[in-house]
Amino acid sequence: MNLDIQLQEGPQRNVVLLSGEVDVYTASKLKETLNPLAEQENKELVVDLSGINYIDSTGLGIFIGALKATEKSNSTLKLIGLNERVKKLFEITGLNEVIDIQANDAREEA
Amino acid sequence: MAISDFVEMKLPAKPEYVGVARLTASGVANRLGYSYDDIEDIKIAVAEACTNVVNHAYEKGQDDNFMHLDFGIHDDRLELIIADQGGKIDIDKLVRERGPIDSSQSIQDLQEGGLGLFLIETLMDKVEYKGDSGVMIIMTKFLQKDEVEQRDDGISEEVSKQ
Repeated sequence: MNLDIQLQEGPQRNVVLLSGEVDVYTASKLKETLNPLAEQENKELVVDLSGINYIDSTGLGIFIGALKATEKSNSTLKLIGLNERVKKLFEITGLNEVIDIQANDAREEA
Repeated sequence: MAISDFVEMKLPAKPEYVGVARLTASGVANRLGYSYDDIEDIKIAVAEACTNVVNHAYEKGQDDNFMHLDFGIHDDRLELIIADQGGKIDIDKLVRERGPIDSSQSIQDLQEGGLGLFLIETLMDKVEYKGDSGVMIIMTKFLQKDEVEQRDDGISEEVSKQ
């Protein structure tokens, strides 16, 4: 029951690699990492969820917050590597219509 | 149908215990023979209800904050009750504000909350709210016996889930 966060910072693009679980316990750690990145101007923020096996509304709320912050900073947010279960939650809640999402099968090779 | 078994838990209403509640629910559902997808649905519903308790039920810094979990294990269904005694949750307000994302809104107007109860109601078969000194969420997930039998027979479980 933990969340591991790795960050690859670049001039145009920041990539955040997540593995583990995002729930009310681990969410604050994710928020503290994502928010400052989302506030950087004119950047692409990519979050790789391929190591995530559990997420609930607390985690979804953090991505909504990050989406708002990227829009304000003229940046973009993209989520990649979602497994079937995680993708299902984005679809049920309608978040897939507002956040740029690529499921696991469509994932770009790094 | 009569209850065959009953599991009761009392956990501190703290973020670090929501995972404990989730894994316990997963263990009980797994024992009953629910499919992988149904177990994942149950885990999320339990975690959402517990998260509401942790975030909203009690005054900050208040001692003796607990979440109570009861699992009623029936032949054909699992009944999960999550209750608090904080009296701080305005369940009518939460119910009013629940719902999916409205993609016609501008991004800055999107709500970051309201998804928890919406997920519970979407993923479970039946949901009731009761409350007096606190809030009680009663959620039911029926056991799809056909799917389980198909799996036992070795017939593709993927077909039954499509």
